[in-house]
Amino acid sequence: MGQPSDGAVRILAPDGTVEDAEAREALDLKDEDLRQLYRFMVITRKVDLESTALQRQGELAVYPPLIGQEAAQIGSGYALGDDDFVFPSYREVGVAVARGIDLVDYMHFHRGTWHGGIPDPVGKRFGMISVPVGSQPLHAVGWAMGAKLDGKAACAIAYFGDGASSQGDVHEAMNFAGAFGAPVVFFCQNNGWAISVPIERQTAGEIYRRAQGYGFPGIRVDGNDVLAVYRATREAAERARARSVPSLIEAITYRMGPHSTADDRSRYQPEAQIEEWGLRDPIERYRRFLDAEDAADASFYEEVEEEGKARAAEVRKGIAGAPPRPVEDLFKWVYTGDELPPHLARQRDEALAEEGDDA
Amino acid sequence: MPEVTMGQALTQALRYSLEEDDRVLILGEDVGKLGGVFRITDGLQEEFGERRVFDTPLAESAIAGVSLGLTMAGWRPVAEMQFDAFSYPALDQVISHMAKWRYRSAGTLSVPVVIRIPEGGGIGAAEHHSESPETYYVHTSGLKVVVPSTALDGFNLLVRSIRDPDPVIFMEPKSRYWSKESGELSPDGLPIGAARTMREGEHATLIAWGAMVQRCLEAAEAAEEDGVSVEVLDLRSLVPLDLDALAASVRRTGRAIVVHEAPMILGFGAEVVARLMEDAFEYLEAPVLRVTGWDTPYPPATLEEHYLPNVDRILGALERVLTY
Repeated sequence: MGQPSDGAVRILAPDGTVEDAEAREALDLKDEDLRQLYRFMVITRKVDLESTALQRQGELAVYPPLIGQEAAQIGSGYALGDDDFVFPSYREVGVAVARGIDLVDYMHFHRGTWHGGIPDPVGKRFGMISVPVGSQPLHAVGWAMGAKLDGKAACAIAYFGDGASSQGDVHEAMNFAGAFGAPVVFFCQNNGWAISVPIERQTAGEIYRRAQGYGFPGIRVDGNDVLAVYRATREAAERARARSVPSLIEAITYRMGPHSTADDRSRYQPEAQIEEWGLRDPIERYRRFLDAEDAADASFYEEVEEEGKARAAEVRKGIAGAPPRPVEDLFKWVYTGDELPPHLARQRDEALAEEGDDA
Repeated sequence: MPEVTMGQALTQALRYSLEEDDRVLILGEDVGKLGGVFRITDGLQEEFGERRVFDTPLAESAIAGVSLGLTMAGWRPVAEMQFDAFSYPALDQVISHMAKWRYRSAGTLSVPVVIRIPEGGGIGAAEHHSESPETYYVHTSGLKVVVPSTALDGFNLLVRSIRDPDPVIFMEPKSRYWSKESGELSPDGLPIGAARTMREGEHATLIAWGAMVQRCLEAAEAAEEDGVSVEVLDLRSLVPLDLDALAASVRRTGRAIVVHEAPMILGFGAEVVARLMEDAFEYLEAPVLRVTGWDTPYPPATLEEHYLPNVDRILGALERVLTY
């Protein structure tokens, strides 16, 4: 048992040495960018671990860790342009870090303060956290079709996982994108597990090969190689923006944590597999590359370590003990306008009267 | 006064909206060259181009989900589901996303989508082509559910639904597509959320929407021959529901019957009855009754006349409430 990685494109070998020197040279990344990729991965790791801790301490209702998937999320998120639009699932803190999303806003979703997690998704170019598995790629396709109708040079990127690849909506989304030439990147993080169900039970085929059936390119990439993920996403985004060609990227990675803080993975996830993938840690691997390139020094690593801790502390400070929203918010945004439909107006009055009685 | 069918009036409403707002788009299966299986989008692609009126792959969940994405890019999609029962594959997108986006985004997202659904029976159609799915949508907070009963109001309500900033499920009673009405097409009729008294009466109120409004009017006419004066209320929109109009009519007549094509159990009639219990209980002279489709799957076409509420069943219920 294990993650299939046949045909996965990579630039860095698992030990961090450059495996594809030509691809490495062709990357449009300055040393500053190379360091930024590392910085974002470390921040993501710290915030992710802190979020699990916050859940254990009762500050978050539930949290789905992404540990192990930092390269897939940072490499892809960093490859996007300012006008490109991210449509996340519910395990995309790394993409949020790469896109400059307010992480306290984001964590309010997991605290249960309010749904969505991303106020002003259109302004932020980052869709609301989407829990129904595989439902959000359709929104990405719709946005991309709309942007194309307006003649905008921007693309959408839809994040989903290997479990979601079994959903009909994911098929419908890719088929629509192909048929309409929608500027979309479908980014599948194949982390091997859909809660307790392994990839072998999701599909007998290779996910990236489905793209051929929809009439656009499909690429399998080593999802723990941040440079390879960056390059694949960058190229796919360019194809989308310039030529309205969708792409499917399957990033092979591994879920080093449980599905969520409510999960008991010891019931199904083999220890040997976790150990094996632990040796392929995306951050360690990339650090060896930075060292070999002489792109970062000890003071940089120290600074990043501190920054990661500071960002995690900010999340803790912003989320721990945050009060619930006022009860009238229950009714506020069901429909547009201050005048509620009569049935709802009655219920609001009843709920607020009860609150008044309690006070 | 010009005479139009409901189908023509709806086509005109779409044309009016496409002209009024250049962000309005029409999408769905066969809405382009064919003009829709009921021809409601007839000629619109030719007039407004393939950019604004376009066919999609045959995938209803995608039609709903893609419409949502289009709103994020500032468009106002009007999506067609070809038939009532074919709207079911889209329910997850409608329930889990469309109805909730405004709420989940704390009011920062507006979701101006209209989903048009030809609904109901009575036209001798094949299986899965005659259902009345309104309850599924009414039960989903965040949606508006609008059902016209006449041609002119169809025009008015559809233009208003397309202008509405919230998602609207616009149900088109297909057995009424060919019904005619005379008058000017205008979007200045009654707003969404206001019921309409179609006929005034003293002894009982018949409450309906869509195709059953006409059936109730026929029953009221027949009752009048026996000296019974029956009021007919067209709800027009199930969400928002005009609670005041409902209560006012039944407080006056003291007797009420709800008529709908959908099955009885948890059909919208159950909601109407419950509201009348709350708002008109002490005025009631008899239990509020329901005349509805039976609690069976929608039957084959050759049996549908035994399934759908007819004038005799409505008159039978009238007699029960009048002699209670």
